[in-house]
Amino acid sequence: MTDIATPTPTLPAADARHRFGAFGGRYVPETLIAALDQLEEAYHEARTDPAFLAEFDALLRDFVGRPTPLFRARRMEEEAGAGPIYLKREDLNHTGAHKINNTIGQALLARRMGKKRIIAETGAGQHGVATATACALFDLECVVYMGAEDVERQALNVFRMELLGAEVRPVSSGTSTLKDATNEAIRDWVTNVESTHYIIGSVVGPAPFPRMVRDFHSVIGRETREQILAVEGRLPGSVVACVGGGSNAMGIFHPFVDDADVRLVGVEAAGEGVDTGRHSASLSMGEPGILHGALSYLLQDSDGQVAPAHSVSAGLDYPGVGPEHSHLRDTGRACYVAVDDEAALRAFHRLSELEGIIPALETAHAIAYILNEARALTSTGPCVLNLSGRGDKDVAHVARVEGRGSLL
Amino acid sequence: MPASTPPTSPAAPRTLADAFAVRRAHGQAALIPYICAGFPPADASLALMEAAAEAGADILELGIPFSDPLADGPTIQRATFEALGAGMTVRGALEILRRFRSRHDTPVVLFTYLNPVHHFGLADFVREAKDAGAQALLLTDLPAGADTALEAVVRDGGLELIRLLAPTTARARVPEVMDGAGGFLYYISRTGVTGARTALREELAREVEALREEVALPIAVGFGISPPEQARLVAGSADGVVVGSALVDRLEKEGVEGAGAFLAELRRGMDGEGLS
Repeated sequence: MTDIATPTPTLPAADARHRFGAFGGRYVPETLIAALDQLEEAYHEARTDPAFLAEFDALLRDFVGRPTPLFRARRMEEEAGAGPIYLKREDLNHTGAHKINNTIGQALLARRMGKKRIIAETGAGQHGVATATACALFDLECVVYMGAEDVERQALNVFRMELLGAEVRPVSSGTSTLKDATNEAIRDWVTNVESTHYIIGSVVGPAPFPRMVRDFHSVIGRETREQILAVEGRLPGSVVACVGGGSNAMGIFHPFVDDADVRLVGVEAAGEGVDTGRHSASLSMGEPGILHGALSYLLQDSDGQVAPAHSVSAGLDYPGVGPEHSHLRDTGRACYVAVDDEAALRAFHRLSELEGIIPALETAHAIAYILNEARALTSTGPCVLNLSGRGDKDVAHVARVEGRGSLL
Repeated sequence: MPASTPPTSPAAPRTLADAFAVRRAHGQAALIPYICAGFPPADASLALMEAAAEAGADILELGIPFSDPLADGPTIQRATFEALGAGMTVRGALEILRRFRSRHDTPVVLFTYLNPVHHFGLADFVREAKDAGAQALLLTDLPAGADTALEAVVRDGGLELIRLLAPTTARARVPEVMDGAGGFLYYISRTGVTGARTALREELAREVEALREEVALPIAVGFGISPPEQARLVAGSADGVVVGSALVDRLEKEGVEGAGAFLAELRRGMDGEGLS
């Protein structure tokens, strides 16, 4: 099933490898160049190595639980007054979200490179849990950097990571959130680069990370394509996914990028509103800039300092975005919209009530958009939502936001 | 760009090459302190630059703070966040430089991350930086080959582009790193972020010697150099010694005067005075 790429005998020229149009690149301290070269080489070999691909496939099937179902959401169609609408059930993966596709792939690569120590950054803790899970499976040492504020807010995920044998290091520099945890992970990598692999959690960072993470997640889009063709006999009219860093969106978009008639829609977090300055809508409101090794749309102030992001959903709370999304935006191949906290919270409730599925708050942003725009999204064919994660992790947070904290 | 710049400079600033040549003629290495613009707040940063020049610094690295300093350790992060919190900006840093330049000919390397100057407009930034009296630019997250168009903008604008080399850099990559490099080569003493360390790696002197076969520029060593004994050790093999976090540490504890005294100590240490 896995067909990450067609074999290429040699690596193409640097800009073609490292960029998406003008975006991406390798804007990192010199110390990391050797490690990025090594990773690129190892990945280049692995992606065409049948043994590697077979092992990856088997783990996705037997450990992660793939393929995930494509489920037709009939009550959602009724509510929205249009259809068909399908949900790609990434919430049913082991650990409850799409994140594990990437951590399994990268842990396999780390083992291939002989690196025994893994570091990762995490916001809400989903990528941290998925990384800790892969490290337990492969017996790798695991250190997860997490903003001190997030450590407070997501105590349960901290405990999960610890149960899985990982060490969680709170980061209290800067804004004490995901971007600062990412800075700290990069600092660790610069320091321990010879023994350590950095499992980055989204389609961000210096090349080759954005392509590699996308490729590991593109199984989502490949399955979707097969499944929708089997059940509908046609391609989707639209594919919708939430975008923070953008890994679940790139995973489902990628196998459809060459199908010009399939609309690709990314939904960012408008937070308290894109005009309030408290949002995470990098593609809608940012300007191109350089953060964490790549040129991409970035929330920044008038002096080029990175602006703090905000969203009710910790997984979207990031001021940057994967460089391939910037490219898809500028070429017009994908369009990006923003949905605010309130609408996302309403959608969180609606999907739970309508379909018996509590979605992740991140995903709820995309659900809100579909509930409003279903007619347009289904006008040329079925709409597929990437239901990127389950919402159990958000239940306590939503209860607090809605003033029912005393329940917990 | 300001329409007029008063020609207050007492003399044209020295070049980086001159600064190294003067020391080399005396068998000495250049002392290169890192100062974060805005830490301490603006006027005190200027006072610190002046104190450093008077304490025997040969070249100054003036840091323009960035919100996400991922190559820096806790000490320089602290300085960065305090400077930003107190309102330091790209223009503010250039203004400090301009005022320094009106009285001193010590060459200055601007040291920052790519995003603030990219957002400013790199060509505009280079022009204004040169106008304010900078000789060179070091961008931590613009390694050789990452963006040749941006590298050209720096050089075409007349600033020397300082390159970093790490212990992890493959030997085969050295010519690429040195291609178009100006001023001096900044050799990173160890893998890791900036910050004072108790011990230097034993291989350091050997690595610097090996580099000389391929590097025509002066070689300065930085990252983690703290007590005068270490500075002296590094000065034994390298052409220059960069001191950043240790200086910030001293500054936090003892203010500008103490920081100046620390640099004078380093200078004496490097020159082999007052050490057994």
